[in-house]
Amino acid sequence: MEHIVIIGNGISGVTAARHIRKLSDKKITIISAETEYFFSRTALMYIYMGHMKFEHTQPYENWFWEKNRIELKKGFVKHVKDASKELVFASGETMKYDKLIIATGSKPNKFGWPGQDLNGVMGMYHKQDLEKLEQYAPNNDVCKRAVIVGGGLIGIELAEMLQSRDIPVTFLVRESSFWNGVLPAGESEMINQHIKEHHIDLRLGVNLQEIKADENGNVKSIIIKETGEEIPCTVVGLTAGVSPNVDFLKDSNIELGRGVKVNRRLETNVKDIYAIGDCAEQHEAIGNRRPIEAVWYTGRMMGETLAQTLCGNPRDYNPGHWFNSAKFLDIEYQTYGWVFGERGRPDYEQHFHWKHPKKHICITIAFHKETRKFLGINTFGIRMRHHSFDTWLNENRSVEYVLEHLADANFDPEFYKQYEKEIVAQFNSEHQTAIKPKKRSWKRIFSY
Amino acid sequence: MKFIRIAGLYIFIASVVLFSATLFMGNYSLTETSIEQTFSDKKARVTETFAKVAKENGVLDKTYSNPFSFMSDVKGLFEKHNQQVSKDIAKEKGISSEETEKLIAAATKNGNVVYTKEVVDQVLSGEKAKTLDQSTNWMYSPGKTYDSVETFQNDLTNKVNDANRNLAKEFFLYDNKYSRFDITKAASSGIIVENKGLFLFLTFGLGIIGSLMFIITGLFLKPIPGIKNNGIYLNNATNRGWVGIVVFGFLVIFYVLLYFHPYVIVNWTSIVDPVKALFIENGSASQWFVYGLLYTVSMTVMAIRMFIKYRHNQYQIVRTAVVLAFQIIFAFLLVEILPLFDLPGVDLKNAWPLDYNFLTDWNVKNYLEAGHLGKFMFFWGIILSLILVPVLVYFYGKRWYCSWVCGCGGLAETLGDPYRQLSDKRLIAWKIERWTIYPVLVFAVIMTIIVGYNTYYVINAPDIAAANQNEFFGINAYRINEWYGFLIGSIFAGVIGTGFYPLLGNRTWCRFGCPLAAYMGIIQRFKSKFRITTNGGQCISCGNCSTYCEQGIDVRAYAQKGQNIVRSSCVGCGICSAVCPRGVLKLENASDDGATRHKVPEVILGNDMDLFEMLEENK
Repeated sequence: MEHIVIIGNGISGVTAARHIRKLSDKKITIISAETEYFFSRTALMYIYMGHMKFEHTQPYENWFWEKNRIELKKGFVKHVKDASKELVFASGETMKYDKLIIATGSKPNKFGWPGQDLNGVMGMYHKQDLEKLEQYAPNNDVCKRAVIVGGGLIGIELAEMLQSRDIPVTFLVRESSFWNGVLPAGESEMINQHIKEHHIDLRLGVNLQEIKADENGNVKSIIIKETGEEIPCTVVGLTAGVSPNVDFLKDSNIELGRGVKVNRRLETNVKDIYAIGDCAEQHEAIGNRRPIEAVWYTGRMMGETLAQTLCGNPRDYNPGHWFNSAKFLDIEYQTYGWVFGERGRPDYEQHFHWKHPKKHICITIAFHKETRKFLGINTFGIRMRHHSFDTWLNENRSVEYVLEHLADANFDPEFYKQYEKEIVAQFNSEHQTAIKPKKRSWKRIFSY
Repeated sequence: MKFIRIAGLYIFIASVVLFSATLFMGNYSLTETSIEQTFSDKKARVTETFAKVAKENGVLDKTYSNPFSFMSDVKGLFEKHNQQVSKDIAKEKGISSEETEKLIAAATKNGNVVYTKEVVDQVLSGEKAKTLDQSTNWMYSPGKTYDSVETFQNDLTNKVNDANRNLAKEFFLYDNKYSRFDITKAASSGIIVENKGLFLFLTFGLGIIGSLMFIITGLFLKPIPGIKNNGIYLNNATNRGWVGIVVFGFLVIFYVLLYFHPYVIVNWTSIVDPVKALFIENGSASQWFVYGLLYTVSMTVMAIRMFIKYRHNQYQIVRTAVVLAFQIIFAFLLVEILPLFDLPGVDLKNAWPLDYNFLTDWNVKNYLEAGHLGKFMFFWGIILSLILVPVLVYFYGKRWYCSWVCGCGGLAETLGDPYRQLSDKRLIAWKIERWTIYPVLVFAVIMTIIVGYNTYYVINAPDIAAANQNEFFGINAYRINEWYGFLIGSIFAGVIGTGFYPLLGNRTWCRFGCPLAAYMGIIQRFKSKFRITTNGGQCISCGNCSTYCEQGIDVRAYAQKGQNIVRSSCVGCGICSAVCPRGVLKLENASDDGATRHKVPEVILGNDMDLFEMLEENK
């Protein structure tokens, strides 16, 4: 029986294992050094915030793995001996494999800041990070102030976590406005406002100079590079992005870039070794996507795709239209298709922006200047139906068509106020069009 | 603001402690007045005899400081009263022991027993002769022979005693929770009874003020709307910690007293007498009025909490407002008001089989004896259960009832909201659920058939009902009704259903026991437009939806597969959708065809690989 070994029990590895089991009878082993059972990394924040316990972040009950004959092995893989198809663990143990799937995910970036390894400095990625945070920041007596370095999605989550325990937070963001590498200016500004409204000390356009220690090797303060200001704190969160967790492969024959180099079949340069999820790096980026995508659902899709390939149904990894979502404190964000921020926006991309006069609700629609083709949408505070936009993008619909049928795509709970009329009216007045928004139609929704 | 919040908490706790302490306040004393008051609807002889018995036993005018010691002395009086009444009646119009001896002598000839109607007529006359003839004609010779004179003597003496006792029956008292409650309430006096208004303010009043202070300050301390479940699992009250266990103990004791020992809580009924008096002049509140008031007040206060907590979520606001309005208008006000118009005081939204007494004879009689409107109300009950319930479940799912109308659901969604995360999500819990809720439905249906059959005869042909001994298939209608009421109505729905909120979550009854939920669940699962739609591939498996599902549905298990949630147990509270950080879930009433409700995408939307082709293949 073929033995498939998966290193990493995150969403990619576990999805691959589940689908291989669905499609075949192969022997499957999942290796993890982090936890015994699969848990949802995205939910770590909710444990600290007291919304959930760790067990709630486990999507499958503990009996699931044995029932599905998926063997779990706790251990840290130190070397991959690809010639002899063997893994060597830190403990000295070895394990043979027939096919190897590398799904080791990411690790938080550290940019060589002085003091980056002091007690009280941590990322927010692994379960161990959560345990560390619980140790260094259990409440606002122990942790008088925390500084977060890096204005991405994990940074704002960490800010929300600390804030849930009334710990004062200073949030250092390198960019001139929060996440403006991704978000258009208006949206980015709205998030700035929202962060400040939560009494988080947001510092824009600043970098970390160094982290200072007290006599015991604990964090005492940080220095801001631009101003030289010293901010006393006991916890520093480093959330300046993540990079593939592939150091253990350096002495193998597997080709590495920033991550494990793979082709569209998710194969590495070594036969019978594959890589999926955050640690995989496409030789060439797919469409507007980045070569390395550290996104939950792409890991899941790669897992599903590879399972098909390994079970005699070879397929390319062919992610469809881009989509994503996040939550910035209390503001939900969804995106379908491509809407570029200032950085890297193609010349043909035109934006239509609507914002609620008072509330944190807004949308940005991107479309082609000349062809009027709908390119993508960002929504804040309004939920949208994935299926509708996926279809419209497939069908190359125009921005006018999308606006006309916008009500079909609304996914807000019942009784919520809907804004299609206001949105379309503003578009009509800005573009001298006469679009009439149609009422929601189940018939159309199910035909998409 | 923080100070007001903490002060509110202390005021609330103080009011609860005082409310509990009132049970040990005041005095209980059985006086002639209180006995008269208790038995005012009975014959004068009852009052006189009971007072006499009480005096003989040294209980009359004795003062007790708590209901327990009072009842330990008083409960024996009922049987003693019955013996006394029997004795008195026998003396007055019963067959005396001399007469019995005469009968035996007349029937005994040369050591042989010849007992006939002539013997009876020879010794007795008039009513007495008639009574004895009726109860002993089966003993007449030569139909029956006796081995010895002693046997006959014993049989006849017993029968005479029975007959005498029968004469006294109309004056008998029965020792049950109702009579115990009535006598205790009439006997209570002292600080509570003299200061009802004051105690109403100190308990209910301060409880409301304190909890509102605690709740409303949250609006200022956390001024930005949004999902704020911070600290729920770090808090002893909501993570099965010691506060939760204390609350659990309090609730269980409350329900046990309410259902089985209401005499203990007469002081609570006295406290709310002024509220009852708003409906009936000088009205005296029963334990059910206390319960109804407490229920409605708790729901109202906690609904205000819901309005604040979910002020950003229009679905929660509308739903909470509606379920609260149904409680206040239908379950509380109308129940008090309808009897003022000589109509049965029923909760018109309480549908069978949740309302398990719908076909019980006294209930049906109440309806039928209340004129055209009463008859209409009876038909309304039938239409509600058999037509309205299934039709609305088809269009909107069972949520229209469970989380928008139902009283049990209303309490669960307001008072129970802080405990929703404690429901068990494991597969084993789902299996247990299916092994409890459907048998309860079957039990309810069988019970209703037997009770309904009996009621039909009790109303249309009482002779046949009596001849059947109120039995059907060998099961006594009253007994099965009683057992259902005890096991399901009281223990399951009350003690476990609500008492266990802090341990098992707020929907234990609705999930594991409610027969109406089971009935609607079957329709919802197989023929309804309702589902929770999963939004393509947006789910990140975080588990907020499953954690906060009060019905213990593992919502995430569906959402992460891109599959819609179509489950019989879903009550459509909408919290999974509210707590989802990624906008993945939406409660919808769309098409009822299986494909759009159940479709499981093989590859989650977002991977182009062969999505549409594969869906075609699946068809």
